[in-house]
Amino acid sequence: MTAAIEVQGLVKRYGPLAAVNGIDFTVPAGSVFSFLGPNGAGKTTTTEILEGLRRRTAGSVRVLDLDPWTDGAALHRRIGVIPQDFRFFEKITAREAIEYYRTLFHTHVDPGELLAKVELLDKIDARYDTLSGGQKQKLGLALALTNEPEICFLDEPTTGLDPHARRAIWAVIRALKREGRTVFLTTHYLEEAELLADHVAIIHHGKIIASGAPSEIIRVHGQRERISVEGPAALAPVLREQLGLNTTYEDGRVEVELTDQHDALRVLSAIEQSGLPWQSFMTRQDTLEDVFVRLVGQMDEGALKSETPT
Amino acid sequence: MNPRHIGADLKVTARGYLRNPVALFFSLIFPIILISLFGLIFSSVGSTSTTLEVLNEDHNSPLSQQFLAELNNTTLVKVAVVTDPSVTPSNFAAWLGQNDDPVGLVIPDGFNASYAQGRPVNLTLFTNPTDAASSGAAQGVVTGVANGFNLARAGGAEVIQVPPPLTVGSQVLTYIDFLIPGLIGFSILTSPMFSMVDISSSYRKDGIFRELSLTPLTRAEWLTSRILWYVLLTFVTSGIMIGAGIYLFNAHVTLTLGILPYLVVGPLLFVSLGMLAGSVAKTPESAALIGNIITFPMMFLSGTFFQVSAFPPALQTFARFLPLYYVIDGMNQVMLFSNAGRATTDLAVVFVTAVVFFVLAIRFFKWRDE
Repeated sequence: MTAAIEVQGLVKRYGPLAAVNGIDFTVPAGSVFSFLGPNGAGKTTTTEILEGLRRRTAGSVRVLDLDPWTDGAALHRRIGVIPQDFRFFEKITAREAIEYYRTLFHTHVDPGELLAKVELLDKIDARYDTLSGGQKQKLGLALALTNEPEICFLDEPTTGLDPHARRAIWAVIRALKREGRTVFLTTHYLEEAELLADHVAIIHHGKIIASGAPSEIIRVHGQRERISVEGPAALAPVLREQLGLNTTYEDGRVEVELTDQHDALRVLSAIEQSGLPWQSFMTRQDTLEDVFVRLVGQMDEGALKSETPT
Repeated sequence: MNPRHIGADLKVTARGYLRNPVALFFSLIFPIILISLFGLIFSSVGSTSTTLEVLNEDHNSPLSQQFLAELNNTTLVKVAVVTDPSVTPSNFAAWLGQNDDPVGLVIPDGFNASYAQGRPVNLTLFTNPTDAASSGAAQGVVTGVANGFNLARAGGAEVIQVPPPLTVGSQVLTYIDFLIPGLIGFSILTSPMFSMVDISSSYRKDGIFRELSLTPLTRAEWLTSRILWYVLLTFVTSGIMIGAGIYLFNAHVTLTLGILPYLVVGPLLFVSLGMLAGSVAKTPESAALIGNIITFPMMFLSGTFFQVSAFPPALQTFARFLPLYYVIDGMNQVMLFSNAGRATTDLAVVFVTAVVFFVLAIRFFKWRDE
């Protein structure tokens, strides 16, 4: 699969501060790539460098085989960008906004079709200042698609939206992928990245601390599958002694980390044999959010020194 | 520059503007209010006479009657003889103040007799310092008429004569005639300046410039579109002002194609200057401050409401450094004095300044901060 975006040794400094400190990643064409990180991690700086809005200090960046800074004008004709908190001319309708962009980009998209795609057709003649927050984001998304871009950069497109509006945006992202477009998604919602992304990179303090498919990141960096049971604290040492498995007790629940699929039956049997009271049995697996919180926390504690590619 | 891009942006700008009631008010209604307001305030200047209240203590002697008739003949003052018997020379000043009359004259008892015998006699003139125009006019007229009587008494001949004054220029002009080019200049300055300073900072803050930077629209195309919009707007507001001035106040202005270059180059200058001011500012607040610092001196010292020639010499020199001075002076030359030579010089100054500001605006105006 060809690369839509290739980044090698990217550095961006603001004076003595390295906002981005030597990162590498590749985004395959036609995939959904999610760029994650806490506030101030370097997400926006990296994204703006990829969009050609910011000059890099060092490193190599190729987007659609173009240098975003020196070939910005050519690149902008081939990408679509929706920023966080999209704003537009207050008194202009959705139809007029798309007609405006259509003229600028010399395309022939139909405003109705484009707005239908982002589920905003019913607001085609509504002015921007009368739209709700979610509808404004949808209009921003429609404008980002006016030039039929090969890559869509979506910067926290669902922040502040209600669940219904979020799902509508997700549907558009899935549709873009089906059309073979590459999506570069920045989001605070780890659930969103896990659901939508083929590839994820987690950046913190200007460095990528994990990258790969969400399931792969969870497998490598997450804890193993666990059985969780509500019971007394005394149950934990009993199970630990009998099974030899990593067992913890927290907030009224005992958790036993499984090493293989047979462990589940052994745990149940040991609980029954302990004679101690228990209830609310469940299995639990790390989510991307769990991994994210753990990795970021570890790095903040200085435990994780640098990138751990998977 | 791509004309299609400029056209698309112009269309969006026009739609946004025409759907904004506040903007429409300031474009279409405010010029009428402005010209009406200033027209009403200043329509009396230079056209009607000052009322001079006269307390004639010489009890209608032939000479005092003749003196009052001569005052009336000047047409610069209108004599109103006080008939209230309670008014005396000692309470005349208070009476004038109570009646809001700015000027008054007391002709003393024995005025006729003193004149006939060649004895000095004093006419007492009361003036109000807060109404310099009426006071000055009354003092000049009374002194002039008195000198005429003195000359006649001495048997002299009036060798040097001053016939009724003609107005500067090729026609009889009133204050409203000067106001029209001034207020058009005011509109050419304020509308784009305030708007562009606001837009340049707020669009940057809201990320709209960032949006536009990701499209093929260039900064020069965007700025050109704005200039074209304000040229159109200037044509409309100027038409309204000229129409209102002529219709409401019978203004005398020469309507010639020579006005048009000013209505094009003026907006070019002030859209560019407004953009430049907004671009160098770091925040919307500082942009507004810079805009006001630039705009307000020009608004009042470029001949908008008052002729620059009436200013003290230092202010006149300062005014010549203000670009709006050349816009208004140029329009005065075209619309009032038919002075093509000076109008061309003024236009050249405005054009060169506009080009310089346009280039600087493009140079300093960034779609986004790096």
